[in-house]
Amino acid sequence: MNERIKYLREISLNAKEHISTERAELITEFYKSSRALEVSVPVRRALSFRYLLERKKICINSSELIVGERGPAPKATPTYPEVSLHSIKDLEILNSREKVAFKVDKKSLDTYREDIIPYWHGKSNRDKIMDALSDEWKNAYNAGVFTEFQEQRAPGHTVAGSKIFNKGLSDLIADIDNEINNLDFINDMRAYDKREELKAMRISAEAMVMYANRHADELLKLAAFEDSDARKDELINMASICRNVPEKRPDSFHEALQHYWFFHLGVVTELNPWDSFNPGRLDQNLYRYYRHDIDNGIITEDQAKELLMSFWIKFNNHPAPPKMGVTALESNTYTDFALINVGGVKPDGSDASNELTYLILDVIEEMRLLQPSSMVQVSKKSPDRLIKRALKIVRTGFGQPSMFNTDAIIQQMIRQGKDVIDARNGGASGCVETGAFGTEAYWLTGYFNLVKVLEITLNNGFDKRTNKQIGLRTGILDDFIGFDDFLNAFNSQIEHFVQIKLIGNNIIERIISENIPAPFLSLIVDDCIKNGSDYNRGGAKYNTSYVQGVGLGSVTDNLTAIKYAVFDTKTISFTQLKEATDNNFEGYDKLRGRLIYDTPKYGNDDEYADKQATDVFEMFFNAVDSKPTARGGKFRINLLPTTCHVYFGSVVGAMPDGRLSGEPLSEGISPVQGADKYGPTGVLNSAAKLDHVRTGGTLLNQKFSPSFFNDPDVYNKLTAIVRSYFRMDGHHIQFNVVDTDTLRDAQKNPEKYKNLIVRVAGYSDYFNDLGEDLQNEIINRTAHDMC
Amino acid sequence: MKALIFDIKRFAIHDGPGVRTTVFLKGCPLTCLWCHNPESQNGDIEICNVNKPIGDQMFITEQHIGRHITIDELMSDIEKDRIYYEESDGGVTFSGGEPMMQIDFLEKAVKRCKETDLHTAIDTSGYVPYSFFERVIPYTDLFLFDIKHVDDKRHKAFTGVDNSIILDNIKKLAECGSEIWIRIPAVPDYNATEENLEALSNFISDINAESITRIYLLPYHKLSSHKYDNLNMADKLVNIQEPTANQMKEWQRIFAPLNIKTYIKG
Repeated sequence: MNERIKYLREISLNAKEHISTERAELITEFYKSSRALEVSVPVRRALSFRYLLERKKICINSSELIVGERGPAPKATPTYPEVSLHSIKDLEILNSREKVAFKVDKKSLDTYREDIIPYWHGKSNRDKIMDALSDEWKNAYNAGVFTEFQEQRAPGHTVAGSKIFNKGLSDLIADIDNEINNLDFINDMRAYDKREELKAMRISAEAMVMYANRHADELLKLAAFEDSDARKDELINMASICRNVPEKRPDSFHEALQHYWFFHLGVVTELNPWDSFNPGRLDQNLYRYYRHDIDNGIITEDQAKELLMSFWIKFNNHPAPPKMGVTALESNTYTDFALINVGGVKPDGSDASNELTYLILDVIEEMRLLQPSSMVQVSKKSPDRLIKRALKIVRTGFGQPSMFNTDAIIQQMIRQGKDVIDARNGGASGCVETGAFGTEAYWLTGYFNLVKVLEITLNNGFDKRTNKQIGLRTGILDDFIGFDDFLNAFNSQIEHFVQIKLIGNNIIERIISENIPAPFLSLIVDDCIKNGSDYNRGGAKYNTSYVQGVGLGSVTDNLTAIKYAVFDTKTISFTQLKEATDNNFEGYDKLRGRLIYDTPKYGNDDEYADKQATDVFEMFFNAVDSKPTARGGKFRINLLPTTCHVYFGSVVGAMPDGRLSGEPLSEGISPVQGADKYGPTGVLNSAAKLDHVRTGGTLLNQKFSPSFFNDPDVYNKLTAIVRSYFRMDGHHIQFNVVDTDTLRDAQKNPEKYKNLIVRVAGYSDYFNDLGEDLQNEIINRTAHDMC
Repeated sequence: MKALIFDIKRFAIHDGPGVRTTVFLKGCPLTCLWCHNPESQNGDIEICNVNKPIGDQMFITEQHIGRHITIDELMSDIEKDRIYYEESDGGVTFSGGEPMMQIDFLEKAVKRCKETDLHTAIDTSGYVPYSFFERVIPYTDLFLFDIKHVDDKRHKAFTGVDNSIILDNIKKLAECGSEIWIRIPAVPDYNATEENLEALSNFISDINAESITRIYLLPYHKLSSHKYDNLNMADKLVNIQEPTANQMKEWQRIFAPLNIKTYIKG
């Protein structure tokens, strides 16, 4: 890492997250103007986007090579009052909360109090959503049965395909004009709507060209005042790059990176989508430019690396837009989930890894940043070298890059009905979510608390925490004749709550498509232009909505404990077991010991326990999969938690597996913390019994102690582990390489461990930024060691 | 026919090549002072109390050490990790205790493994009649052969048995062609003395067999002292320190003239 990158990295790491009201002020000004009232909703959104880009402060940081910030400075974080409006109290909490705080200065508070809140109160998308949802939905939401992703942020999971790396905005404008000219106003009843959407896309494209040129102007101004000749040349060169891209397609490696970055800024300025935005298959999308520049002596490998590192820093400058309440609990991190994919297969199915793949892995190792996060796609055609290179970075202990099974990802997409080429061009984004890059709008709609539903089943539909009958009356415990009888009751409750969730989703999808179309994002994702339809309205070639199941390990162990203790060994009656959990096991230590230590558990390749995991999988899958969504897509499942397993645990009382009230649930498809006793192959075999191909992603983390890596042959053996899991269609595996003692010490002496990064779920985070309950949860995960 | 085992360890990565499952058979003719698996010595099922934490309390469970297992049950456990053996060129290791104490079962087990195309290894103290070796050689790809001391008197004092059978057996085994990895526990003051290690090196040199492909030095560590407590056995080596990394490297150098790859186990 050279001096420039060291400097930029330090600046990025030391910048403090803070709220900028610039965007909120501009968007409010625009919405108040008469112009906003005269036009259709899509055009209004496009004009508001242009209004922002005309007036946003241009931020060019000293020494940098890639320009453009989402806010007026690094870590300055805009708000999106048209999506969800922060109250003064929200802002005060953001400013003062212990973890994941955003500084809010007095001027910003005044601006919110005087301008932003008075205008947007009752008008935000969130207000519209909350007005439209039923009491039934709200009761389940308040009880902690599910969360709602679109409550405070716009729909996400947007990943660039290869198109934008091969086209300029002028090319996209030509495509738009072509579609407008071919509209058939006689036979197509949606022709007018399409024209409005296409007009909006065109305005957005032109606005971005203008915004890039504002950067060029500013760069030339800086060049005029620059003393250093070398930097002056750089600034002039960067200005000419911003004149060329994103209007035209890039001509060089440097241009390709800057080109993408303007698209990125457009997406995250237009709205605040979940999982910012993502360049996807970076080693594929950039390879042509890399090869061209290296072969023609335009850049050296070191210069390419410097540019990539500069690019990395841009991502790290952007924390996730601040979340509040339950939404903060489900994803309590600054990380905005841009996930760089490398490796995988080419459109023709052959191995895609190349020299740039390995150069990018070098960059990941040296930069050691939370954002962008990174992963390698491993197909059966990938060389072992790729896995071993990734494992060597994992060994350094910051949880990146994670490993994904390309062949499983492709199978998943083909099952969903996608074209094989689109599937091969896809990958995973966010944490572990499968998608067809550049052609799919795949929305995560919220986490679903499988354990809460079981608790409600044990209480005949009643939620003790909110004191309401929110579920079905499926029967009192003594009336269940056998375990299957009880399992049927649980299944009915899952169906009941999934239905409530899906009805809510369809209402929310309509509200989003009516109120906050995303014309700029629609430029990027096919076939929005061809269909004359917005990304948020179902314009993409593929539209998918996911419900993410949480607590699979916990729900399995609970069902197993019931089956084992009550029905098979009959050591206790159902009512007695319930009494123990109702008392949070106080006075029931011996019983709790038996439930924890002498009962089969998921994660040990034990058929008795794993049967419940596959049963629950089928129930959840059948309740969700293939149901239609409001924008013409399909609902699907995946199994991942972000940090929601902690929140979901906090709303569930003591349970039959011996877990005490409020403790976190299991994470991803991992076993309950500490329940796995037979090493990694036991865990992997249990996890592989789930049918990963029928999901859109599952999450499995494994913790290894650093001493494990003393074995000289460890990389061969771990490679074998990865290959084996992927042969069994496992979707994702990641390794946390950290010493439990280190984590305990870090909890006591946080000041000594400022740079300690750990794998949380599908992402890594600074250990110090995690809440204590989440820290404990990570400490309690089983660590595989060798002696 | 059933075997008495005390553990089946999956993802065993130090008992032969690749990822393996190691089956620990219970019962051993030796009583090494430094024994890492004291529960392996007694050839019967033992019962002990184990404390497990429940919040601030301790949950005491009665644990049976050792269980009987049929060959079919064992094979089905072994099969569970076949995919990992295949990906890593791993397989199955029979350890103990002394696995050859249950030779009838062991012969059947390695035979079944070979029939299903699994790599097999036997971890042995060598203290059994050579005829036992002859019964398993056809089905065994690798022997992990433990040698502790060349001095017979000291061997007897530290392990309870003579070393002559052991040393004879390895000489014979080396001629029959099966691959052998020699494993030497390195217990400071007891067997890990320069004198003994040099004598061991000379002994191996005299065998002069191509079939000996690796030597492993296994540093003594204290992890097992709680096991002695649970079994009400006395840990007789309480005052011995674990060897340092440098010590291990010096001892490793003693074997350099042999031109056999010598590893320190991690």
